[in-house]
Amino acid sequence: MLSNYEVFKLLTDLKEQRKDSGKNKHSAGQQNLNTIMYETLKYLSKTPCSRQSPEIVKEFLTTMMPHKLTKAEKLQLLNHRPQTAVEMQLLVEESEERLSEEQIEELIQTVADVLPGDPEQENAAPAEAEMDEGGEQS
Amino acid sequence: MFVLVEMVDTVRIPPWSFQRQLNEAIAEELNKKLANKVVYNVGLCICLYDITKLDDSYIFPGDGASHTKVHFRYVVFHPFLDEILIGKIKYCSQEGVHVTMGFFDDILIPPESLQQPAKFDEAEQVWLWEYETDEGAHDLYMDQGEEIRFRVTDEVFVDTSPTGPATATPDAPAQPGQLTAPPAEDSGEKKEAPYTLIGTICEPGLGLLSWWNS
Repeated sequence: MLSNYEVFKLLTDLKEQRKDSGKNKHSAGQQNLNTIMYETLKYLSKTPCSRQSPEIVKEFLTTMMPHKLTKAEKLQLLNHRPQTAVEMQLLVEESEERLSEEQIEELIQTVADVLPGDPEQENAAPAEAEMDEGGEQS
Repeated sequence: MFVLVEMVDTVRIPPWSFQRQLNEAIAEELNKKLANKVVYNVGLCICLYDITKLDDSYIFPGDGASHTKVHFRYVVFHPFLDEILIGKIKYCSQEGVHVTMGFFDDILIPPESLQQPAKFDEAEQVWLWEYETDEGAHDLYMDQGEEIRFRVTDEVFVDTSPTGPATATPDAPAQPGQLTAPPAEDSGEKKEAPYTLIGTICEPGLGLLSWWNS
């Protein structure tokens, strides 16, 4: 399984490579590759993975180790960067049984600390985000 | 969302590409063959990850091109069951809500998997969620272009390879270890999507993102 970040990096590197060698990008055969690369990059650049790096991913996985999450759950946390308890419960199976409310809060905090967030979102509404978490906890 | 799939295939390099590095020529041929195409029971191929092994190249009588057996890994879009994905609503119809992710379009959320109770508004051709609160019922519309979070519940692969003349028997199945890469669309009467995802939004947290961000 690959994380979104790995695919994002692969496609950006491939794009750079193709830009440099530049001869036959527009031949009929390459059109499919161009299309899928363009669309996938467009999709991924709007997800949290566009702001990640190998060090961040490694740090995230080390911090996640004591929580005993499955590989698929850690991958989804990395790809989605959940900010609310509701999102957490979606991504982690049977979260009511495996994690207490405190632990869910802790996870949200770790995710927010380790994984870089969307700068626009954070500048525009820092107070709202706090109100969100307070509201959903009940 | 993405997986790495190991595949084996024989790549044909035409003589006019012999001056290129073999690896580059092979990478280009593989991308030409597989990128943006659906492989039956595997998923939507995105791009080549790396080449793991190159066997010897052979030239066969009658064909000046070289044929090389290549072991390689390809990045494939193949979400696992119960994975959460975010997409945009393409349009709504009686069959349900059609979601797109830009690079992949054939995602359907059938009416049973919408947040209940749901109703289809014929005039505007949208599905809506009749959300009950203490204050009364709100109709939450699922408009086009809205971002939606859904869970993958099922995937359907359809073999769209050409069937040949009606009287002939189907061809023998491809040998193990070799690829058949059916094109993403047939130039026939009915265009069936070779790979469809079925999703659900019937859980708290799923559905339009705007529903859950206060």
